[in-house]
Amino acid sequence: MTDVVATNETVLVVGGGISGMTAALETAECGKDVILVEKEPALGGRVAQLYKYFPKLCHPTCGMEINLGRIKANPHLRVMTMTEVAAVDGKAGDYSVSLKVSPRYVNDNCTACGACAQAVTSEIEDPFNYGMSKMKAAYLPFNMAYPQRYVIDSSIIGTPEADSAKAACKYDAIDLDMKEQTITIKAGAIIWATGWRPYDAAKIQPYGYDRFANVITSLELERMMDKFGPTGGKFLRPSDGKEAKNLAFIQCAGSRDRNHLKHCSRICCMASLKQSTYIGEQFGEESDASASIYYIDIRAIDRFENFYKAVQADPKVKFVKSKVANITEDPETGDVILHGVDTEGYHRYDNRHDLCVLAIGMEPSVDASEIARGVSADMSGFIEFNNDGGAIFGAGCATNALDVNRSVQSATAAALRAVQVINRVSAAES
Amino acid sequence: MGQANRVGVYICRGCGLGDRLDTAQLAQVADREGKADIVREHEFLCSESGVAMIKQDVASEAATHVMIAACSRRSKTDAFNFENVALGRTNLREGVIWVRPDTDEARETTQEMAADYVRMGCAEIKHMQVPKGNPDRGSNKRVLVVGGGVSGMTAAIEAAKTGYEVLLVEKTGVLGGMTGALYKRVPYAEPYGDPQDTGVSALIEAVDADKRISVFLNSTISRTSGAPGQFSVDIAKESGGTQTENVGAIIMASGFSNYDANQLPELGFGKTPDVVDQLGLEQLAKAADGGVIQRPSDGKAVTSVTFVQCAGQRSDKPGHLPYCSGHCCNTSIKQAMYFKDANPDIDTNIIYMDLRTPGNGEDFYRSGQRKRVTFTKGVVEEVGVANGSLQVKFKDLILNEDVVADTDLVVLATGQVANSGVDIDADAQATQEDKEAKVNQIKIPVESILNLQYRQGPDIPHLRHGFNDSHFICFPYETRRSGIYSCGPVRRPMDIAQATEDATGAALKAIQAVTNASLGRAVHPRSGDLSFPTFRREGCTQCKRCTVECPFGAIDEDEQSYPVFNESRCRRCGTCMGACPVRVISFENYSIDTVGSQLKAVDMPDEFDEKPRILVLACENDAYPALDAAGMNRLEYSAFVRTIPVRCLGSVSNIWVTDALNAGYDGVMLMGCKRGDDYQCHFVKGSELAHDRMTKIDDTLQTLSLERERVQVYEIAITDIQRVPELINDYAVKIDEIGMNPFKGF
Repeated sequence: MTDVVATNETVLVVGGGISGMTAALETAECGKDVILVEKEPALGGRVAQLYKYFPKLCHPTCGMEINLGRIKANPHLRVMTMTEVAAVDGKAGDYSVSLKVSPRYVNDNCTACGACAQAVTSEIEDPFNYGMSKMKAAYLPFNMAYPQRYVIDSSIIGTPEADSAKAACKYDAIDLDMKEQTITIKAGAIIWATGWRPYDAAKIQPYGYDRFANVITSLELERMMDKFGPTGGKFLRPSDGKEAKNLAFIQCAGSRDRNHLKHCSRICCMASLKQSTYIGEQFGEESDASASIYYIDIRAIDRFENFYKAVQADPKVKFVKSKVANITEDPETGDVILHGVDTEGYHRYDNRHDLCVLAIGMEPSVDASEIARGVSADMSGFIEFNNDGGAIFGAGCATNALDVNRSVQSATAAALRAVQVINRVSAAES
Repeated sequence: MGQANRVGVYICRGCGLGDRLDTAQLAQVADREGKADIVREHEFLCSESGVAMIKQDVASEAATHVMIAACSRRSKTDAFNFENVALGRTNLREGVIWVRPDTDEARETTQEMAADYVRMGCAEIKHMQVPKGNPDRGSNKRVLVVGGGVSGMTAAIEAAKTGYEVLLVEKTGVLGGMTGALYKRVPYAEPYGDPQDTGVSALIEAVDADKRISVFLNSTISRTSGAPGQFSVDIAKESGGTQTENVGAIIMASGFSNYDANQLPELGFGKTPDVVDQLGLEQLAKAADGGVIQRPSDGKAVTSVTFVQCAGQRSDKPGHLPYCSGHCCNTSIKQAMYFKDANPDIDTNIIYMDLRTPGNGEDFYRSGQRKRVTFTKGVVEEVGVANGSLQVKFKDLILNEDVVADTDLVVLATGQVANSGVDIDADAQATQEDKEAKVNQIKIPVESILNLQYRQGPDIPHLRHGFNDSHFICFPYETRRSGIYSCGPVRRPMDIAQATEDATGAALKAIQAVTNASLGRAVHPRSGDLSFPTFRREGCTQCKRCTVECPFGAIDEDEQSYPVFNESRCRRCGTCMGACPVRVISFENYSIDTVGSQLKAVDMPDEFDEKPRILVLACENDAYPALDAAGMNRLEYSAFVRTIPVRCLGSVSNIWVTDALNAGYDGVMLMGCKRGDDYQCHFVKGSELAHDRMTKIDDTLQTLSLERERVQVYEIAITDIQRVPELINDYAVKIDEIGMNPFKGF
């Protein structure tokens, strides 16, 4: 790990989701040296946890496979996982970045044969499934994980479990003595692509995410659709494991709200429209399963309008213009009851649903004000673009609530800004 | 041919391969049948010592070709990475032992499967060469930007800032485009409170100040030919005269035209000058310059104004735009502020269906509310004139009632229509249904923007509604014309902030394209690939299939209708190879022979062995990873399949399928990506073309008196990890039902 070679002509990309991977690849494919750091054990970020993308209803790992192929083929790009930025010093063209590398306890020898996982019995919460399921404490994060290398969870280090894992490995790939390391590298420019996290749904008290089992977030629903996910690809109610056939989607859960996130999170309308198509996929297009989407405005902008129209034509999906006031639970059945007023005509409603999905808002994973000097944050903590001469450039959802397409645009633009700095550095040095 | 090929075959015994398989027998197969020059086994091939062993053979045994019989080609790519060596991988782990049960009963068929993969690997590697890179490479690094609006100027400035020379061509006499016609723009930084200066003069100054940017006003592109790194363009001046320039990459930033509001007579446009579109309102605001805006008909100071959102947009009516233009809600809020900022007592009412102010636009919306702009959820049905005033008739969706409101001025929020040039697919593919549908479609300006001298037409293909976006979510810049990138509202409706970001990204892509072109390498998605297609002219029948089917318009025709490969435009998908009926097109490391020899290398049991053989040709990006993941999850499938990854299903030659059937395979499964409108093929048309070609296979099957079921095409997603083994197993049952291929043993 200590042999990382980086100079002030290297671009450091922080975050290995779709934005960071894109920024790193676009930069490296211009012939610049890039180090891509990711704090999780595998690349992919938030999108790897999605079942499908709107509007094409294709699978995120498909594009990721292309990007992984590009990474494998590119000698200019080096990936460091389980690595976080601890501190950034310096100025444009001459940064010094200290990186904290957490121990994976598994080295390059790993062949991903899975023998360690077979040897281990301890289970831990699976963060890839937002804790909805357990996994072995020796694990490959997900099917398409890259690097394709296991991880020994730190919770079993020092226990006989870790020793069993080590004993099971025929390839000397498990190193239980690995320690956290801090290394310092040089970089000429930094692309900050740390992405987003879902707003803490429990803070929206009237919706009872922390009290009612059958109130879940849109991200959790994505995991339910994965055949390798916590419910084996089925809509199962957390309360009783029964199939959920009558869903409610609450839009702007946390977003467009002075008490929570002031901004509109942009993706949530399309996410719910997309998820409404999962109902047909689960139960058949002719089934009696249904969804109600409670919304303020449906923001299916530009070409997405087609998608909105298609969902509007689906008799299984109903739209209710209303900000839901609160949710109660029927303790007998676990059903959730949504209360509010349909503002089109002002009708009060108390609607019963099997499962309620909060179209949860986006907030930046890292508050921009905490990144480094010279990086300015907007009111939501996103990175604001400025021309103050620094060379730390935001990309993707670290800069705004963006969908994948726009994140990629943003990351590609950030790549150019970084290349501009590197070219200036090279010109000055030659 | 230079030095002789020396093939080294390396068989791994790690990950259970040594326990489950008789690797000594596999080594014997590689030696005797595969005719490998060097054959070695290793306990742990991807280890330092395993890799060192291979490198040693390359250095001292002069191995030029290395075939690794171990895990999937997607695994351990860092370890198995050798320079200047033709590298083959055959998949015994994910593809054999991990999909087969570890039982005595299964041992024989599992071993046969592995032995066949070794035969296939040996056959393939002999036909591979190390790609040398495209020799016909151009190294021109200048960037041509077409369009001098915000998108074009931004792309030009950003490319110049990166150190590249730029030619900026603008059709009109001034830079600035649509934004130049605005009084102010929507804010895109905090505090999102008030309209801002458009920034156009600052951009123009930056363009003028940059010596690397040459501006051509009153000019259009009358001819474009060549390829990335070596485009030749004619810049035609309005006043006459043409200048020929060479450039390395092209950014198309031709923007949008305003929707023609004359198509909205029901909303009063054209009937009275007091109904304007958003651009018309900008002109009034410019004239007022901060003062109270005056009514065009009589110069009276406006006391009330109504904004009609989605005018002729989000509508299926003939002549309307079916899409949303994205910016218009924010624009109307901004325009309402023009009135409120001049005089807070002016009534400003925005009638909308959904107010769409995503991201921090929400804060601008709040600012509008603070300034007492009225927002009404409703649908405007008619705008009429009565008693010297305008009457807006609308349905209030909240109060659920019909309302007629008097107003001084009406602003129609009409949409953006892309200036995307000629729709080259329209005529080529128009079915009757399409032609009928066309009647309802938007009118698109039909002057070509680029005048490409390409076999497939003068402009970048359109996608939907006249926009030429790529349709990819993950890869929005990838047009179907290499080295030509579009940005701004020509590719999807967008606002100034997004267009600025988009243009910056497009500049990166243009620079990347010239960098790779000069090195003879492919760009996305096979980035860095040095292989390129060549063809044997003697065998070519000038049938033009390759030139027609290339998804990227890379192949032109010479005067005798022979294909002219523009290698720098090529994305290396192999669709041309799949199209060629006479098998004259090949890549150095991927050809009719690399695949054909593999499928023929399989040891074909005779009819009475009850061991059918099923050939699977799997797209390497989606189906093949799904098969790998099935292995990782130890999902079992039939031992009778032999899988060959292909670059794209579009590269599959019918000859492989007929060869397979003649060789005695009992069935062929073609696994590609989703086709159609929401295609998932990374080469756009590959899976579609493969499907079309396979319909022709039906005829072949008939003439051979074979069942149609012997060749099946599947759409496979990368997530079909459970489904793929199921499909294989179901198919094996089907083959069992229809019986063995009668051609076995002939």
